[in-house]
Amino acid sequence: MSTLVKNIIRFVLLILVQVFVLDRIHLHFMVTPYIYFLFILWMPFQMNRTAQMLIAFALGFTLDSFRHNPGFHAAACVLLAYFRPFLINILIPQEGADTNYEEPSAKSMGGFMPYLLYAGVLTLVHHSWLFFLEAWQFGNFWYFIIKTLSSTAISLLLIIIVELLFSRKQQFRTNTV
Amino acid sequence: MRNIFLFIRRYFNFISLLLLQGFCIYLIVHYNTWHNAAASGFMNEVTGKINTQFNKIDNYLLLKKTNEQLVKDNERLRNLLKENFDKPDTATKFVTDSIPYDTLGNRRKWLYLSAKVVSSSVSAQNNFIVLGRGSAQHLKKDNGVIDPNSGVVGIVTDVSENFAVVMSLLHKDSKISAKLKNGGDAGQVIWDGKEPNRLSLIDIRKSAKVAKGDTVYTSGFTATFPYGLMIGTIEEVVSDKSTNNYIIKLKSAANFANLQYVYALENFQKDEINRMLKNAINKTNN
Repeated sequence: MSTLVKNIIRFVLLILVQVFVLDRIHLHFMVTPYIYFLFILWMPFQMNRTAQMLIAFALGFTLDSFRHNPGFHAAACVLLAYFRPFLINILIPQEGADTNYEEPSAKSMGGFMPYLLYAGVLTLVHHSWLFFLEAWQFGNFWYFIIKTLSSTAISLLLIIIVELLFSRKQQFRTNTV
Repeated sequence: MRNIFLFIRRYFNFISLLLLQGFCIYLIVHYNTWHNAAASGFMNEVTGKINTQFNKIDNYLLLKKTNEQLVKDNERLRNLLKENFDKPDTATKFVTDSIPYDTLGNRRKWLYLSAKVVSSSVSAQNNFIVLGRGSAQHLKKDNGVIDPNSGVVGIVTDVSENFAVVMSLLHKDSKISAKLKNGGDAGQVIWDGKEPNRLSLIDIRKSAKVAKGDTVYTSGFTATFPYGLMIGTIEEVVSDKSTNNYIIKLKSAANFANLQYVYALENFQKDEINRMLKNAINKTNN
């Protein structure tokens, strides 16, 4: 399957799961699980950074349209896409691993821990910016901090489950041919 | 000049981040203008259609609950039937707002329009409900919305051809004029953005008689809701130390998490009231 088709399917599926499954689970008023931004975490390594941000904006804006509340998720996704390359640079095991594999995963990041760190930090960035923008209008900041941390924990748990359930095949591509 | 171009090229990613973030924050702050824009109508139709498809499944799963709600609603309406009221010889008349006696010269003031809930949220900080009824089915902007048990749900903020967006009480801009059943003190119902189904009643003087479990009604002061629709019951009373007012926590009458069908209320006298208010304002200005 080509990268483009794969990513379009992912986009649609993740948005549908977020809107019609996760948004309807009311675990606790402090916890809102999010998983749709996995699309951004799984975007290919080799991609123009501005294009990454624009695609992230489109993803966030689509979810916002379903919630009739434009701006919040789009802003969080754009920030997430901006920070993603920095984290990949820090966490990638050796020079060139990002050309050998197509996209970030436990295998291409050299182990489960670096990948978990990658997902965890980006989830925290996404959630804190999202809830910050939401709390900014209400102005209750303790509530904001607790909500961010608890939601990050639950979202991360979901990401791990998704990662274990749907293992993505990552074949080793060599660029020496 | 060359340096400017170099600067832009060097920091192009950061600049595009700032531009996109700026655009997002513009959308957040000006969401009201966005709602009026043509693009939002298009997005409403698209998301509404997708929501309708998924709602069919949802609806089937919740049939039992909907049934119970309808039975309850029927019971309430049956109790309002005229046959249930015994009229003694003295000339008293039982009048309700919703049954028009046109021959006697009474005019219909409120019209109830039933609508199906296509999608709703409670987990965001600004919650909206989408109804599967729009301007083509005579639903108008600024109509009040209640659930089948007459609990206040919200106000219609945006109408497209076949769908309508309702700002639920769980929204930062939601402000409903309310009255205590005991004593009749009036205040405003707002949401503090924390728990769904928990609202706050503000602007109630400390001299008011407030007790746990008391009912809070709509005041009827605005043209959106008639008098006496239930908003919630008092759960906790906190006295605000900085002012002379209470902050009262309410449990909402409507359960926002499982809305299936709602009624929109249209006020036929709204235009007349608004016209008069406008005239009064014009007069004082001149």
